[in-house]
Amino acid sequence: MYTRNKRIGDIIIFIILAIGAIVMIAPLLWMVSTSVKDKMSVFALPPKWIPDPFVWGKYKEIWEAGPLLQGIENSVIIAVSVTIVGTFTSSLAAFAFAKLRIPGKNVIFLFLLSSLMIPYPSVMIPQFMMFSELGWIDTLKPLIVPGLFGNIVMIFFLRQYLSSVPDAIIEAAKIDGTSYFGIYGRIIFPLIKPAIAAQFILWFMGIWNDYLAPIIYLTSPEKQTLQLVIANFNAMYAIQTDYPLIMAASVIALLPMLIVFIIFQKQIIESVAISGVKG
Amino acid sequence: METKSNLYRKEKYYGYLFILAPVLGFLIFGLFPTLYSVYSSFTDMDGLGQMNWIGLENYTELFQDELFYKAMFNTLFMMIGIPIGLILALLLALGLNRGIWGTTAFRVIYYIPVISSLAAISILWQWAYNGDYGLVNQFLDLFGIEGPNWLADKYTVKPAIMLMAIWKGLGYTMLLYLAAIQSVPKDYYEAAELDGANSWQAFWNITWPMVRPVTFFLVVTNIIGGSQIFTEINIMTSTGGPEYSSASVVFYIWQKAFGNFQMGYASAMSVVLGLFIFIVTLIQFRLDKSSDNA
Repeated sequence: MYTRNKRIGDIIIFIILAIGAIVMIAPLLWMVSTSVKDKMSVFALPPKWIPDPFVWGKYKEIWEAGPLLQGIENSVIIAVSVTIVGTFTSSLAAFAFAKLRIPGKNVIFLFLLSSLMIPYPSVMIPQFMMFSELGWIDTLKPLIVPGLFGNIVMIFFLRQYLSSVPDAIIEAAKIDGTSYFGIYGRIIFPLIKPAIAAQFILWFMGIWNDYLAPIIYLTSPEKQTLQLVIANFNAMYAIQTDYPLIMAASVIALLPMLIVFIIFQKQIIESVAISGVKG
Repeated sequence: METKSNLYRKEKYYGYLFILAPVLGFLIFGLFPTLYSVYSSFTDMDGLGQMNWIGLENYTELFQDELFYKAMFNTLFMMIGIPIGLILALLLALGLNRGIWGTTAFRVIYYIPVISSLAAISILWQWAYNGDYGLVNQFLDLFGIEGPNWLADKYTVKPAIMLMAIWKGLGYTMLLYLAAIQSVPKDYYEAAELDGANSWQAFWNITWPMVRPVTFFLVVTNIIGGSQIFTEINIMTSTGGPEYSSASVVFYIWQKAFGNFQMGYASAMSVVLGLFIFIVTLIQFRLDKSSDNA
């Protein structure tokens, strides 16, 4: 009786979860479906999920309709330079915070952590003034430079991860006369690679999808990031009710992170799950 | 002995070197702007060179500013979505925890909106909320309900944005809850079962207390995130909605600072926002501590 009840329960829950899954995925499918419709069948009532006719033309048109390619390039430049340099500075700092004897390091670490409580909108105006003083407005620099100094979230998780690494390994290397950069490069970095990979991807996604900072600094169309470009598509072409074009551009903006997610979904989901339990 | 102290000095030297970048980053891009923000909130800074000390004028103006209250109210209103999202996610996580068929696929599908670009998602939902041809109203039509023009109506624009935010964040919350539930030792439930506890009692006395740290973490991070809502508003209702009914605090700050160049005034708002977040976090930590002792 008990197992039978459980089976019925399982089936009911499966159905509920499946309905939920449809709700999660349907808007995205609709987006793709709209992007391959012609301009008129978008307004068909009742709506058609499978377009008739299939029109792929919008995926060609979008590249001429706005600086989409330039937007992708700008987003890549920002995200790649920040994450690569920033991961280096963050992991180096995490190593020092976790394993080196530095007076006052816990106090310093807490100070850094406190920056998590400072909302970006509270510092964006002074930061804007600073960068405008340097003549960096409408360049990618204000979006790159702060990130090069590292990311406290990444430092936090790498430090946590490193605390499970026995000190003896490092002591032994020190006695062998390995330099501190050598210890970092040859022992620490290979050890924390899996943790770095997950944090790296999450950070990359965060920068890729960022909107507020780019909208403040970037004004000329050829300087804008992908997210701003598609927002401009939305504002410009909605008046002409060219929804297929807007949706096609948005699909392009979604696709890279979706692919990254599908490839690394196991690592991403695991590391996010761990972060919640520890945090 | 001498070499040992030499070694230590070297370690100290390299240690400071290694943490130098984030410490400098914190000072230049965190601490200094925060202090400067407080300072400029007492001035009439306009970003073009003018910056005179005007005392509390910005703050007295702020507390008579109807639009600020409106933006504050809108921001708080949209946070109603936070508990709704948490409850839904917890229920889904409890379902997934039964180890039914397709668990991995469900986790991935529910997580897709989380990793999706907020700008693209907002564009998509703006289209979905279209009064005549949008997906949402087409769906309601199946039940014979005639949906409103969601984003153009001052009563529905906030719930509409809230609903989208719940949809987008659900997978993340669910994932954290699932991980927390799975980390509860199995013998707790076995012991409860031996004592004759039913599944509701087991949930209330074991699962709920065990996932409390995650609930706490999610409430804090959701309030911090929710009070900074901007992208959705900017894209879906570019003017702040009908009668400014969807403008958030950050939207208003952004408009004042970079649209009107009233940067001193906007700084005062950003100080209030920062204080709000600080106080909420503090209260949460207090509550969490006191219920630990209880």
